[in-house]
Amino acid sequence: MDLFEYQAKQLFQKYGVPVGLGEVATTPDEAAAAAERIGGVTVVKAQVKTGGRGKAGGVKLARTPDDARAAATAILGMDIKGHTVHRVLVDPGAQIDEEYYVSFLLDRANRSFLAMASYEGGMEIEQLAVERPDALAKVPVDALEGVDEAKAHEIVTAARFPAEVADQVADVLVKLWKAFVGSDATLVEVNPLAKVSSADGTGSTVKALDGKVTLDDNANFRQPDNASYVDVESADPLEQRAKDKHLNYVKLDGSVGIIGNGAGLVMSTLDVVAYAGEQRGGVEPANFLDIGGGASAEVMANGLEIILSDPDVRSVFVNVFGGITACDAVANGIVSAFDLLADRGDEITRPLVVRLDGNNAELGRRILTDAALPGVQQVDTMDDAADRAAGLAGA
Amino acid sequence: MSIFLTENSRVIVQGMTGSEGTKHTTRMLASGTNIVGGVNPRKAGEKVDFDGALIPVFGSVSDAIDDTGADVTVVFVPPKFTKDAVIEAVDASIGLCVIITEGIPVHDTAAFWAHAAGGSTRIIGPNCPGLISPGKSNAGIIPADITKPGPIGLVSKSGTLTYQMMYELRDIGFSTAIGVGGDPIIGTTHIDALAAFEDDPATRAVVMIGEIGGDAEERAAAFVRDNVSKPVVGYVAGFTAPEGKTMGHAGAIVSGSSGTAQAKKEALEAAGVRVGKTPSETARLMRELLARR
Repeated sequence: MDLFEYQAKQLFQKYGVPVGLGEVATTPDEAAAAAERIGGVTVVKAQVKTGGRGKAGGVKLARTPDDARAAATAILGMDIKGHTVHRVLVDPGAQIDEEYYVSFLLDRANRSFLAMASYEGGMEIEQLAVERPDALAKVPVDALEGVDEAKAHEIVTAARFPAEVADQVADVLVKLWKAFVGSDATLVEVNPLAKVSSADGTGSTVKALDGKVTLDDNANFRQPDNASYVDVESADPLEQRAKDKHLNYVKLDGSVGIIGNGAGLVMSTLDVVAYAGEQRGGVEPANFLDIGGGASAEVMANGLEIILSDPDVRSVFVNVFGGITACDAVANGIVSAFDLLADRGDEITRPLVVRLDGNNAELGRRILTDAALPGVQQVDTMDDAADRAAGLAGA
Repeated sequence: MSIFLTENSRVIVQGMTGSEGTKHTTRMLASGTNIVGGVNPRKAGEKVDFDGALIPVFGSVSDAIDDTGADVTVVFVPPKFTKDAVIEAVDASIGLCVIITEGIPVHDTAAFWAHAAGGSTRIIGPNCPGLISPGKSNAGIIPADITKPGPIGLVSKSGTLTYQMMYELRDIGFSTAIGVGGDPIIGTTHIDALAAFEDDPATRAVVMIGEIGGDAEERAAAFVRDNVSKPVVGYVAGFTAPEGKTMGHAGAIVSGSSGTAQAKKEALEAAGVRVGKTPSETARLMRELLARR
């Protein structure tokens, strides 16, 4: 789960990382009031979970509260790479002397963690990695040893930070590591970490002016704050409904509804349907839905209900390989789903193509044959079934 | 022969008395696995009846090893307690630790992996279906009755795709099929399995199944090019997955261009691995390869 910038900086603050952090506003008036309270120059920033908002016009400087109101009016509701802006962060302006980059992240290849740091911050890290690879230090971090002061100085030295900020950056790194571990994050990124002149011009401090955090959903059981980070208003309504029913559903743009068991098999099903669809005038899968291990009648009914509430769906492909799941249970699930949905007043009228293989497949197929459900067709192989479903959706 | 798991493997189950543990211990016993004990400190000394087989429960992994000579553990304990369970198994120097548990925080996995570094325990998983050497032993949740012993080695991130492929090639059969798991940090990798299959005289060819996310397949491709003489066919799932969405496996997330199915397919093909468009086509490629030899 990704956090918004303001949530990331609140998290950093909790662990003692110095941040530049103002107030969140959801209306232009709130933004103006926030700018008034903060005083002086402010920066109004779109809160979206994607990069490139500056280029998209989602970050504006405001000299007065009226400026802030105008900026918020322009930014709120803006679409940035498919993300609608629902709130802005009004931050105090800062006199930035230098911009740096620091992050901790999961390192899959080394099955551990990695610190990345650069004295050239401000630009997107992907761009920095490509254009100035020698300016980006990558330092492995041992999961058990973590980042203490000595390790932090090792990172600072590797990244060739200027001597006058070395101690301050090292201190930020130690605290940022605590935030990384303490929140069960897979990424904490500060970009820019800025050297900022104090208002009276007597000195300078380093501060996190922007932040990115990705949290590990597997740690929700020990991270009570995580529930409050869930971004309900940006979620697709169908995805949200599926989530409420503990279904792993992702909405896509096509017209063939997909239900399967196991993430790998369902992903494969999407591909096979898309290939079949290429011969059918570009028919594509409408969703990803993994019903997981034990496919009870209720799970099947809930899954079908979600998929069929998508008006773009013209046919459904149920693709199950019975490993642990027994195919007779899946077949019974489909039969009960028809009854359950009929009881709820949602009669299933769109065609269903079912492919059952593996554990108790014969039995499962017989149950479906005997039930003679309207619109249900059984096909023996995954490839042929995908083609049938694509054909029905394209017809 | 087979890799990692043989007819001589003596298997214990951590979390045997829980619901998943009980269910799958029953299945593993039914498929001929030599299960010699379970571990649960609160039930030490008891025996559990699995359809007539009385399996003793030990207070710790090291007690179980001392008493039974166990060399494999299969872990079903809930995510909250998995880290401690694995560290216990590693400290007892068990040879193979297969972690089935799904939903372990990645900081915990990183910690037990770092703890295991340099030790004598091979870790498979977490969040994996385990491994099976058909006709010999089954450590995990892979169904035993969908294939038979044979000359193909299989390594995959995904459980159900493993089953699908085992089923597609059931008439030829498998030496060992291993699901390495879809989490961002896993113990045994595609490369480890490929290296073991290369050295296993019973394995004539290897099917490698990948999916979007990470760069394990790209690295495996380079390994095949440099180190594997046996024929390898590949399959990658997730060509139509949208960018930035997680599809079930925590590892199956695409950000930017790296980790896409297309990039993985190209890397495999550049290494001389034939890649099927669908599981069935992949199975067909394997048949062709074996027929030619």
